[in-house]
Amino acid sequence: MTALSVPPADVTGGSPTAATRRPRRERHLPSVAAPRRRTGRVLVAAALVLIGLTFLVPLAWIVLASLDPAATVSVKVPESLTLDNFTQILTWETTFRPLWNSTLISGGTAVLTVLASVLAAYPLSRYQMRFRKPFLYTILFGTCLPITAMMVPVYALFVYLGMLDSVPGTIFFLAATSLPMAIWMTKNFMDSVPVSLEEAAWVDGAGSMTALMRVVVPLMRPGIAVVFIFVFTQAWGNFFVPFVLLFSPDNQPAAVAIYSFFGTYGTVAYGRLAAFSILYSVPVLVLYLLVQRFSGGSFAMSGAVKG
Amino acid sequence: MTSAVLDRSAARGTRPRRRPGRTALRLAPLAPAVALMLVFLAGPVLWSFYGSLTNQALTGYRAAAPEFVGLDNYTALLADDGFWKAVVLTVVFVGASAVIGQNVLGMALALLLRATSKPLRATVSTLVVVAWVLPEIVAAFALYAFFSTDGTLNQVLGWFGLEGPTWLISVPMLAVVLANIWRGTAFSMMVYGAALSEVPPDVTEAAAIDGATGPQRFFRITLPMIRRSISTNLMLTTLQTLAVFTLIWVMTGGGPGTDSSTLPVLAYQEAFKFAQVGYGTAIATVTLLVGAVFSLVYIRVLKPEVD
Repeated sequence: MTALSVPPADVTGGSPTAATRRPRRERHLPSVAAPRRRTGRVLVAAALVLIGLTFLVPLAWIVLASLDPAATVSVKVPESLTLDNFTQILTWETTFRPLWNSTLISGGTAVLTVLASVLAAYPLSRYQMRFRKPFLYTILFGTCLPITAMMVPVYALFVYLGMLDSVPGTIFFLAATSLPMAIWMTKNFMDSVPVSLEEAAWVDGAGSMTALMRVVVPLMRPGIAVVFIFVFTQAWGNFFVPFVLLFSPDNQPAAVAIYSFFGTYGTVAYGRLAAFSILYSVPVLVLYLLVQRFSGGSFAMSGAVKG
Repeated sequence: MTSAVLDRSAARGTRPRRRPGRTALRLAPLAPAVALMLVFLAGPVLWSFYGSLTNQALTGYRAAAPEFVGLDNYTALLADDGFWKAVVLTVVFVGASAVIGQNVLGMALALLLRATSKPLRATVSTLVVVAWVLPEIVAAFALYAFFSTDGTLNQVLGWFGLEGPTWLISVPMLAVVLANIWRGTAFSMMVYGAALSEVPPDVTEAAAIDGATGPQRFFRITLPMIRRSISTNLMLTTLQTLAVFTLIWVMTGGGPGTDSSTLPVLAYQEAFKFAQVGYGTAIATVTLLVGAVFSLVYIRVLKPEVD
């Protein structure tokens, strides 16, 4: 199942109550409550530092191990820093081909999903139809299903369709699984584009598809970008689907290639594994930051859940 | 143009004459999305029901020509201790890591972050979110290293003179539960952060003036006010956790034995390790049904948003 949407990182920020108001009040009122409040703040900070450290340590391992010529499973500052782990894996077979495959699969999935969901969202957003509600409920139901639980029947279906180890087949499947959420998000974004603008286009003689492509789509470009990146990131990080459906190294994306790193060699080369992990993770981290830019905070959330 | 005119007459209350084909034309944009979802989403679901009634094997004669065996797989399933063990492990995994772990820690983080300085808030929330944005398999490797016998956790425990257990072997469930909390808390933290920032401060301030203590204000006022966010978040984290495969597969492979095989992992093992595709499909079907029940509850919660 997917993460619902791409909510903002610093949602807690921006409220003036915590950060700004309190110190001023302390200055004005030297009350007996002040020392207690200060201990409270220290305790809060201590708890946060502790939690932050537990989140930091496994992340730090990836970075430190990738620069360590003798990396192990425990986190330590390397005795000497090296980029050998990176230079050793920068070959077509080890790194570039899997990353290229990932790009192909995720990009194909995202393009297909965005096209299909923009088209599908238009009648759902603009026309009153008898089965609009049942359809939307079915879609919502589809967003919830635990897809990974289905990989065994999916494999059986792909055997039947003769589509095993086929990149287009995998793209179709990934697109179908991300469509419910994508349609839902796109419809909500489209609802916020006023109909009056299209009516103007209709008066000028444009058909509904022309109005969609010339008026609606340009107006909801940030929303489409959010959906695109959301689908792309999901597909990029997906391990189980390509793990089951693709088996020749020519087709495997980075998510699966990284697993063979771990499994097939006798001893695991942790340094190179970590280096590959970084190269593989950077694109999604960058895309996440981009979504923050596009959406300016709670906008992304409102696209998916609507308030 | 015609459709605009027709819509306007509808708004005036006069019933427009239905033109045959108009509805079909309006529905046409839905076709690509519906076709994709029918083949690659509804297809596997139906295949899952059908396949679970056959004795299909992974290779050999029974792979090509599976026999219809009725409910044999299900009767075998119900009599299989391994299946019930997986059910219990799944309940433990979802309950401990999602319902309790992610939700409580997410709420705690959202509250703590509101009460601290901006640099600390930005640092901690970024770390938590990065753990969530990373591709799942990278997070799984980082946590594998963290919980390894010679890994960071036991190293840190060693500093305090404690000898940690062999986490992934003697207490695999505890390890994967903690790992999934690390991986997924960001989502709950963001949902609760957004919910808390929408609680108007004057309500809690009024209660404070009336003499309500901090915990009273939180449990009697804040929590009831954000109960919709809580129920939504509980359902979503439950559904996401039900489908977790990669994290467990990388960290323990479901082992030792089947000591950390939740239902998705068991379905995979039965189908691809023991080559019983029909039996694995039956397990997948059960998981799917459990997910479907949760989804229906979730949709009831969200109902007002579709209407």
